[in-house]
Amino acid sequence: MSTFAAVVLFVGVVAYAVLGGADYGAGFLDLTAGGAERGKRPRHLIDDSLAPVWEANHVWLIFCLVMLWTAFPRAFAAIMTTLYIPLGLAALGIVIRGSGFAFRKVVVRVEQQRVTGAAFAISSVITPFFLGTVAGAIASGRVPASGYGDPIRSWLAPTALLGGVLAVLAPAFLAAVFLTGEARLRDDAHLEGWFGRRVQVVAVCTGIVAVAGIAVLRADAPRLFDELLTRGLPLVLASAACGLAALLLVRRAAPRVLQALAVTAVATIVLGWGVAQYPYLLGTHLSISEAAAPGATLWSLTVVATVALLVVVPSMALLFSLEQRGRLDTH
Amino acid sequence: MSDPSAWLQLSHLLVQDPEPAQLLPARQQMAFTLGFHIILVPFGVAFTFLMLIANYRSIRRDDRTAMLLARRWSQVAAVLFAVGAVSGTVLSFELGLLWPGLMGTYGPAFGIPFAIEGLFFFLEAIFVAIYIYGWDRMRPWPHFWTGVPVVLSGVGGTLSVVAANGWMNQPAGFTLRDGRLVEVRPLQVIFNKAFGYEAVHMLLAAYMVAGFVIAGVYAVGMLRGRRNRYHRLGLLIPLTAAAVATPLQVFMGDVAAREVFQNEPAKFAAIEGLAKTGTHVPEVLGGAFVDGRVRYGVAIPWGASVLSGFKPSTRIQGLDAVPAQFRPTDRAVTMVHLAFDVMVGVGFTLLGLSAWFAYEWWRRRDVPRSRWFLRFTAVSGVLAVVALESGWVVTEVGRQPWTVVGHLLTRDAVNRSGNLWLFFGATVAIYAAVGAATIYVLRLLRRRWQDADSALGRGGEGTGVGDADGFVPYGPSRARDAGGERP
Ligand code: HDD
Ligand code: HEM
Ligand code: HEM
Repeated sequence: MSTFAAVVLFVGVVAYAVLGGADYGAGFLDLTAGGAERGKRPRHLIDDSLAPVWEANHVWLIFCLVMLWTAFPRAFAAIMTTLYIPLGLAALGIVIRGSGFAFRKVVVRVEQQRVTGAAFAISSVITPFFLGTVAGAIASGRVPASGYGDPIRSWLAPTALLGGVLAVLAPAFLAAVFLTGEARLRDDAHLEGWFGRRVQVVAVCTGIVAVAGIAVLRADAPRLFDELLTRGLPLVLASAACGLAALLLVRRAAPRVLQALAVTAVATIVLGWGVAQYPYLLGTHLSISEAAAPGATLWSLTVVATVALLVVVPSMALLFSLEQRGRLDTH
Repeated sequence: MSDPSAWLQLSHLLVQDPEPAQLLPARQQMAFTLGFHIILVPFGVAFTFLMLIANYRSIRRDDRTAMLLARRWSQVAAVLFAVGAVSGTVLSFELGLLWPGLMGTYGPAFGIPFAIEGLFFFLEAIFVAIYIYGWDRMRPWPHFWTGVPVVLSGVGGTLSVVAANGWMNQPAGFTLRDGRLVEVRPLQVIFNKAFGYEAVHMLLAAYMVAGFVIAGVYAVGMLRGRRNRYHRLGLLIPLTAAAVATPLQVFMGDVAAREVFQNEPAKFAAIEGLAKTGTHVPEVLGGAFVDGRVRYGVAIPWGASVLSGFKPSTRIQGLDAVPAQFRPTDRAVTMVHLAFDVMVGVGFTLLGLSAWFAYEWWRRRDVPRSRWFLRFTAVSGVLAVVALESGWVVTEVGRQPWTVVGHLLTRDAVNRSGNLWLFFGATVAIYAAVGAATIYVLRLLRRRWQDADSALGRGGEGTGVGDADGFVPYGPSRARDAGGERP
C-alpha cells in the first residue's frame, strides 16, 4: 500500500520533471536567445508553445507536494526543515517566473518586455537549479529523518549541486529538442537550425556533466552510485542511449520521434533515481513504509489518483492535442 | 515578542522555549501571503462564471457586445489566474517551510482535502487554457462548454480547501497516539462540522467580490461619461450576480455566527469581546478590548444574547471560560472583534446597494442612472475585498493560540530554524512588485481596449456617447499596441 503511494508520488515527480522541465528549459533557451531583435523569433515560438500548457504542467509540482505531505508527512517535514533555503528560493522563483511570463504576453513595449522577459528567463534557471539541489540532497541522504539537518551543508554539497546543474541542463536539452521539432512542424528552417544548434551545445554540456557526475556520485554518494549501476543500470543506459540518439538524429528523425526520444532520456534518468532510492525515502534512515500515513489516508489518495487517471489524464491529452491541432490549422 | 532578536537570545537559555523566534515572522508571512492569494481567488472561482454568462448571452442572442466582454474578461482572467496559481504554490511550500509541526503530524488528515483540491486545480488549469486559447479555434458552443469545467472546478477547489480550513477550526476524524496519527477517517475529516457553512460563506464571498469589483470598473467608466451599451452590460452582469449573492451571504453569515457560538466558544467570545460568561449580553459595536472589556464601543443591550439564542437569557461563554494559558491576547481579541464588525458592516452596506439596484431594476429595467448609485458601485468592490479579508481575520486570528483547535498550538506548529524575517522580507518585496505589475498590466489592457473601441467606433452601439475619449493618447502608442496584440 505505501509502496503504491510512493509510486504515485514518483509518477508526479517524473511528470513534473518532463512537462514542467520542458517549460523551464524553454525559459533557459529564452535567456540565451540574445538581444531583442535577434531573439525575437525564437522567443515567439517559445511563447507560443508554452502559453497554453505551462499552468497545467505546473500543477504537477503541487501534486507532488500534496502527495508528499499527505502520504509521507514525516519525510515532508524533514525535507522542509532541512532544505528550507533552496526550497524557499525556488518558491519565490516560481512566483517571479509565472507572473513574468503572464505579464510578458500583455506588455508590448520592448523595454517592458525586456524586464518581464528577463524575470521569466532568469527565474526559469534559478528555480530548477534549487529544486535540483533539493533532489540531490535527498538522493545523497543528507536529510535526517527527524528534520532540522544542516541548512547549508545539506545542499551546498557535491551531489546536490550536481542535481542542480543537471536540473537546469536536462530540461534545456528537452526543450531544445521539442522546439526544434515544433519549428520543423511549422516549416521554419531558420528556427529549426537555430534550435538544432542549441540541442547540440546543450547535449554536449549535459553529457560532460553527466560523466563528471559519475565521479562525483562515486565519491559523495556511494550507495546511490552502487544502486544506479546495478538495479538502475538499464534505465541509466536507456537514458544515455535516447539522449545520444536524439542528438545524432536531430536533423533527420521525424519531429515526434525526436521528442519521444528526449522525453524518454529525461524520464528514465529520473526513474533511475527512484529505483536506486527504493525502498527508502530519505537516505537509508527513513523507509517508505516507516514514513507512510495510516491506511485510510493512503486509500483516499488511491481514490484521488484513480480519479486523476480517469479525468485529468484525458483532459490533459485533450489540451495537448487541441494545442497541436490548433497549431496545424494556423500554419 | 515585539522584539524578535531578544527571543533569539532567550531561546538559547530555555530548553523548551515557549515562543520560538520564528513564530512572529511565520505568522506574519502566512497572513500576508494568504491575504494576497485570497484576493485572486474570487477571480478564478466567480469571475469565470460571469465570463460564461456573457459568453452564453453572446451566442444565444447573437450579442456582439456581450461577446466582446466575454473575450476581454477571459484575458483578464488569464492574467489573474497565473498570479493566483503562483501565489497558491507559495502557500503550499509555506505549509511545510513554516508549519512543519502541523504537516509532519497532521498531514495524513489535513492533507486529504488538499489532495482533492489538487485534482480540481488540474482540471481548472487545463480547461482555463483550452477556453482562453480556444476562442478562434473552436466553434462557439463547444468552446462555451469548455468553460463550464472551469467554473465547476473553481467551486470544487474552494470547497476542498475550505474543508481543510474548517478541519483546523473543528478537527475531526483522526486518532492520535504517542504524537502520531494512527487512524484517519477521511470522510469525517472532509465533512467536519465547520465545512458546510464556511464553504458556502466563502463561495458567496467569491461571487460578491468578483461581482462588485468588475461592476465597479464599469461604473467608473460610466461616471467618466462612457454610458454606452458595452459599459451598461459590463456593469449589469456582475452586479446582478453580486446582488443575488449578497442577501444570501448575510443570511449565511448569521448561520456561521450561530455555529461558531455553539462550537467554538472561545472564538465567539473574542468576536463579542466578552470577558465574563453571562446572560443578557450586550452587542458592542466597535471599540477596543482593554483590561477585560470593550471600551469606546456602542453597546446594544441584550443584543448578543438575542442574536445568538433568540432570547435575552441566552448564556454566552466569555474569555474567562478559556484556561488562562490558552487565552488570546487583548490585541488579538480587539482585532477579531473589529474585523467582525467591519465584515458585518460591509455586509449590510452592500445589502443596501443590492436593494437599491433591485428596486431600480424592477421599476425601470435598466441600470440606475444616478451618479450616486454609480459612485457607490465604484467603491463596492473595495468594500467586498475588505469584508473578505476581515472575515478571514476573524476565522484565523480568532482561532489563536491554536492551529488545530484543542490539539496543536501555533507555537508548536512553527518551524524552529533559520531566520524567517529574511524570507518574509524577500516575499513582501516580490509580492509588492508582482502586485504592482498586475495592476499595471490590467490598466494597460484597459487602455488598449479603450483605444481600440474609439478607433473602431465599437462598443458605442445605441448611444454613441463616450467614445470620443479626447484624452486618450493617439498616435504611435496605439498603433504599436494594436500591432502587438496577438489574436
Ligand atoms: C464578502 C465577504 C463577506 C461578507 C459580506 C460577510 N462575510 Fe463573514 N466571512 C467571510 C466573508 C464575508 C469570509 C469568506 O472571509 C469568511 C472567512 C472564513 C469563512 O468561512 O468565511 C467569513 C467568516 C465569518 C465568520 C467566522 C466563521 C468561522 O470562523 O468559522 C462569521 C461568524 C461570519 N463570517 C459572519 C458574518 C456575518 C454575520 C455577516 C453579515 C453581514 C458576514 N459574515 C458577511
Ligand atoms: C479559502 C482559501 C482558498 C481558496 C478559496 C482557494 C482557491 C483557489 C483557486 C480558485 C485557485 C485557482 C487559481 C486562481 O483562481 O487564481 C487557487 C490556486 C491555488 N491555491 Fe488556493 N485557495 C485558498 C487557499 C489556499 C491555501 C491555504 C493553499 C495552500 C496551502 C492554496 C494553494 C493553492 C495552489 C497551490 C494553487 C495553484 C493551483 C494551480 O497551479 O492552478 N490555496 N486557489
Ligand atoms: C483554506 C484555507 C486556509 C488554510 C488551510 C489556512 C491555514 C493557516 C495556517 C496553517 C496558519 C498558521 C497557523 C496558525 O496561525 O494557526 C494560518 C494563519 C493565518 N491565516 Fe490562514 N489559512 C487559510 C485561509 C486564510 C485566508 C484566506 C486568510 C486571509 C487573509 C488567512 C489569514 C490568516 C492569518 C491572518 C493568519 C495568522 C493568524 C495569527 O497567527 O494571528 N487564512 N492559516
